[in-house]
Formats: sequence, structure tokens, C-alpha cells
Amino acid sequence: MAVVSSNSTVMNNVEAVRATLYEAMKSDDRTLVLGEDVGARGNVFLITKDFINEFGPERVIDTPIAEASIVGIAIGMAMEGLRPIAEIQFADFIYPSFNQIVGEAAKTRYRSNGEYTCPLVIRTPYGGGVRGALSHSVSIEALFYHVPGLKIVAPAFPADVKGLLNASIDDPDPVLFLEHKKTYRLIKGEVPNGHYTIPLGKANVLKEGDQLTVVSYGLYVHWALEAARTVERDGISVEVIDLRSIRPMDKTTILNSVEKTRKLMIIHEDNKFGGIGAEISAMVAEEALFHLDAPIRRLCGPDVPAMGYALPLEEAFMSSPSEMAEAMREMVTF
Amino acid sequence: MASTNTATGTLERHGLSDEQLRAIFRNMLLQRQLDNRGFQLNRQGKVPFALGSEGHEALQSGAAMAFNRGRDILAPYYRDLGLCLGIGLTPYEIMLSIFARAADHNGGRQFPNHYSSKSAGLMSFSSILAAHLPHAVGAAYAIKYRSEAGRAVLATCGDGTTSEGEWHESMNFAAVHKLPFVMLVENNEWAISTPLDKQMAQPEIWKRAEGYGMPGRRFNGFDPIATYAAVKEAMDRARGGGGPTLVEGTCYRYLAHSTDDNDMTYRTREAVDERRRQDPVPVFETKLLEHGIMNAEGVAAMRKDVLRETNEATDAAEALPYPEPADLYIHIYEGAWQPWQS
Repeated sequence: MAVVSSNSTVMNNVEAVRATLYEAMKSDDRTLVLGEDVGARGNVFLITKDFINEFGPERVIDTPIAEASIVGIAIGMAMEGLRPIAEIQFADFIYPSFNQIVGEAAKTRYRSNGEYTCPLVIRTPYGGGVRGALSHSVSIEALFYHVPGLKIVAPAFPADVKGLLNASIDDPDPVLFLEHKKTYRLIKGEVPNGHYTIPLGKANVLKEGDQLTVVSYGLYVHWALEAARTVERDGISVEVIDLRSIRPMDKTTILNSVEKTRKLMIIHEDNKFGGIGAEISAMVAEEALFHLDAPIRRLCGPDVPAMGYALPLEEAFMSSPSEMAEAMREMVTF
Repeated sequence: MASTNTATGTLERHGLSDEQLRAIFRNMLLQRQLDNRGFQLNRQGKVPFALGSEGHEALQSGAAMAFNRGRDILAPYYRDLGLCLGIGLTPYEIMLSIFARAADHNGGRQFPNHYSSKSAGLMSFSSILAAHLPHAVGAAYAIKYRSEAGRAVLATCGDGTTSEGEWHESMNFAAVHKLPFVMLVENNEWAISTPLDKQMAQPEIWKRAEGYGMPGRRFNGFDPIATYAAVKEAMDRARGGGGPTLVEGTCYRYLAHSTDDNDMTYRTREAVDERRRQDPVPVFETKLLEHGIMNAEGVAAMRKDVLRETNEATDAAEALPYPEPADLYIHIYEGAWQPWQS
């Protein structure tokens, strides 16, 4: 981490998660982190490195390898007044805890008519492009975004990681906090010093444009931005929106942009069928169909179970800035 | 408390006073009366569903006597009517749940028997078996983390739930961290239609405790005093920092799983009747009479009072309104909320 001014610090996404968790642990002793290898190992990406020395094993809990109870125990802690931050080591390992997240955490407030609440953050690294094979590369957001009672956040930039993680920790309801692991060390940026929050459900217009709206999140936000800057040299003006939050999602920012550009493309790494892009497409079709000059396009992961370990299989799954640029050119000439 | 000697032998009280023994018996009677009322209301077409706990009365009423109100936490499952009554829920609250009224703790959202009461220390739970056990362990962790000596979590489940992965995960974590946690298994030999021998090859559940590195004990769940003694010992150990215990009470499920089940499709009337001969309610009544702790008039008056209380609770709850349709949309998150934000 390099301090570039008295007001901000340059850091990557790993450092942003780590710094935010550190401050949360320092400021509130109801906050605990629990998960596989978060203690002595300091998490497999070193996000909680040395936490156990500073905060002790009671607050930095190395759990047994048991994902359902990592989430379930955190729910019980939250119901009894603590503010746990549970970690699922890789998003691919979240499946054993599916019921605890969907059947329990998301319904605790609802089923008890507000008597019990579940202020819980579940952090997990997701996404591909890191030779992660079938079980260290998946995107899981579509499996959970159908679920009332949950909130889902997927920041792409270090400053957003900090503001949204702070907001998630403060949130009185369960939040699934998705960290794209390829961006962990790839993406650096200035992060304001001091405590701040970014409200969940607010998208960010990264680049203004007037011929096409591109909506994305996670790693592909960076590639979409790169593609938009590439086609800009050919006089093509693309507006790029980083969703940041998947549930709730920012309708106003999307509609304002689509009503201006009259064309919409959604780009995400998760597979297309039933993905986040399907919901955005349906919303725009319901609310802004007559503003559109072209069919909505979704540039998404293919409908295969996961990306393979072999490099050609991973590359065939993943999109690229050049593929995105080509799709942008096609859209604006429709 | 000294033991009471009578012609029928010594009553081992485990410290329970006459008053406490009568309170246990009254709780058993009330449990059975409310159970029957639920089934009656279902047959009258007044409620769509009821789920009974007949056969569990001694176990639950004895265990409840080992619970410290205002301090301990209960993480029960859906066949724990008597336990929830015993820690302070009222027949009126039970009837609000059966009738799914707006004034119910859950606002009429959950099935009957899925009680919740933060003020009573009763943790909200779903119908998904064993899912509540990690919550109970998390609550026990919170107690230990905050150094709240003298508090413990009592979690319960049936024999069927011990097959779930989260049962294992919860036991293991509680043992690793020596949490103030007691796992009370109410072994009634049936997981809806699946008998014990199809659930597990080794039917003595309490023996699993050794594998987790915690004490384990089995007791006769038809005997409320034996139940109290076993659960009290475990809760005291937990409250004193001695870590978790697995206690298994043997009992029997006299009724079908619920009003939607026909148990005669998988067991015989004769088999159930045979077990009815051990019915813990008349057995305990006889014991109290034999030892002079109650007399026949006292029992009759108590039965009458329990019926009166059940009738009053039924009438009071039935007279109240359902939740409004608009209530469907509240308490999803804190405050008003839409998935699309504008």
C-alpha cells in the first residue's frame, strides 16, 4: 500500500478487503471472522494475515471444514447480538451452506415477524480467469439473487470494496459479499482514508457515452471499460455502468442511461440462461421497451457447467476485451 | 430434599420439591390437552394442520424444569410443545400459533409448533431439521465469547435429525470450543415413517458423544425425574464452563407424525397400543399419588383447571384476526424494500 496523499491510499482489492475488515475488527468487538484457514494461515489470499495475533483466536476462528455450519454458526451468533463475518474459502464451496443462506439467514427476520434478525456478512472469492478449474472458478450470484431476504454485492474497484464492505457490515440483514479473485491483485486504485460507506443498490457510471449502454459487474467491468475506450478511438461512444450491487439493483441508473443511448448490452461472466442479465433485460423490456432502437444483447458465459482447467477450455469460457469491443461495434451499427 | 419412603419404594427426587413435581405433572397435562385441542380443531375444519407430541410429555416437562428462565436459551424443534410451555410460553401463545393469528410471535407465517419468542429465549427455527443446531451453537459461542457465566443453550431434536450433516457439524464445533451447549435428543424411534433400524446401524445415539470428545448419557424419557436429573447435570456442566453434553431420552411417538400422516400405513395399532401401556402421563400420575405428592381430588382439580385454561386460550385466540394481506410484504428486510432501487 502506498500513500499518495493524506486523503487516500493506493491499494489492490485484497488490501482493500483486508484494511476494511481490520478497521471493522478494531472498531467493534462484536465483530468476528470465521472460516477455513482464516487464523494462522491468514486466509488463502492472506486477507486476514496476522489478525489472529492482534485480535485473538476467539475473534478469528479457524473453523473445521464444514461450510453449512460456518454459515449456520454465524447465523446463531448474529441472532444473539454479535456481528459475524463468515468466509467461504471459494464461492464454489458455498453449495453445502445453500440451505443456511437461503432457508435460514434470508428468512430469519421474516419467519419471526421481525423478532429475530440476522446481521451477517458472508464473504467469498468467486470467478475465473485464474486456472481455477471446475471448483475454484464459478460465479454463484444467479443462484442467490432470486432470494428475498438476501442482499448481494459484487464490487470491482478497491474504493468500492471498502465502501460497500463497510455498508454490508453495518447492514441489519444478511449480505453475500462477492469478491472476484482475478481482480484481487490485478486491480489497484485509490481508496479514501477513514471510514465511509457506499449504499447498497447504487450503480456507478464509470464512463459516459451516448450510443450504447453497457451494464456489467466484477472483473468484466474492467474489460468492458477497456473495450469501450478501444472503440472510442473509432468514434463509438459507449456508456459503461458498474452495477456494484446485484440485489438490490439500481433501476434508475440503468433506465436513465438506456433512455439516452437507446441500446443496451449486458456483460457478465456467469452463464447467460437465468443470469443477472435476464432480469435486467426483463426490467428494461417492461419499463423502457419503446426507448430501444435495437434488441437487447447479453454477452455472457456459455451454458456449460464450469470452465475447464486446461487453458483452451478456460479461454473458451471467458470473454475478452477484444470480444467485448467487437460486440459493441456490432450493437452501435445495428 | 430427602427421598420419600412409601410402601411402593423410594422416590428418587433429584432435588425436586413437591411443588416442582406437581408443576411438571401439570405441564404434562397441559401439553396433552393442547395437543388434543390442535387435532380437534383440525378435525372440525378450523385449522389446516396440527402436529402432536404425545409420548414426549415426561421428557419435555422434566427437561424444562432444568432450564433457567431469563438466562438460558432454548433451540427447540417442532415437536417441543411441552418444552416450550415449560420454559414460559402460554397456552394462549400456543393457540395463536395454531390459529395463525396476527398476534402470534411469527405473525401467522410459520406452521404451528414453530414457536419463537425472543423474550423467552426461544430461538426462531424452520422446519428444516438440524438447520437450527448451528444456530444454537453460534448462540452458545456468543455466550462464551461474552463471558456470560451461568448461561447455557439447550438444543433439542428427534432421532431422525441425528442423520443430518449439520447435526454432526454442530456437535463437533461445540466440542472443539467447549461451548455451553446441551444436545438433547428425543428418541421416539420414528422419523415420520422410517424406523430407527433404517436410520442408523447403532441405535444408541448417546454413544456418539465419545467420538466428539464430550460426555454422553442416555435416560428413560418416560420418567420426568430421570429426565430432569440428566438434563440438569448437563446444563449445570455447560453453565459452569465444563463444555457440551449429549443427552438422549428414549420415548415414543404415540400419534401419527401430523394430521397429514396416516401411521397405520407403516406400523400397527397393536404395536402402538403396546407402547401406550407405558404412557408417561398416567404412570407419573400414579407415582405422585402413591407417594402422597398429590391426591385424587388434586389431580381432578388440576385436570379441570388445565381444560379451563385450554378452553380460554382457544376462545381468546380464535376471536382474534388473521394477519392482513399487506403483512405479506413486511419484515423481509429492515424497512421498506424493493429488489429494484430507484
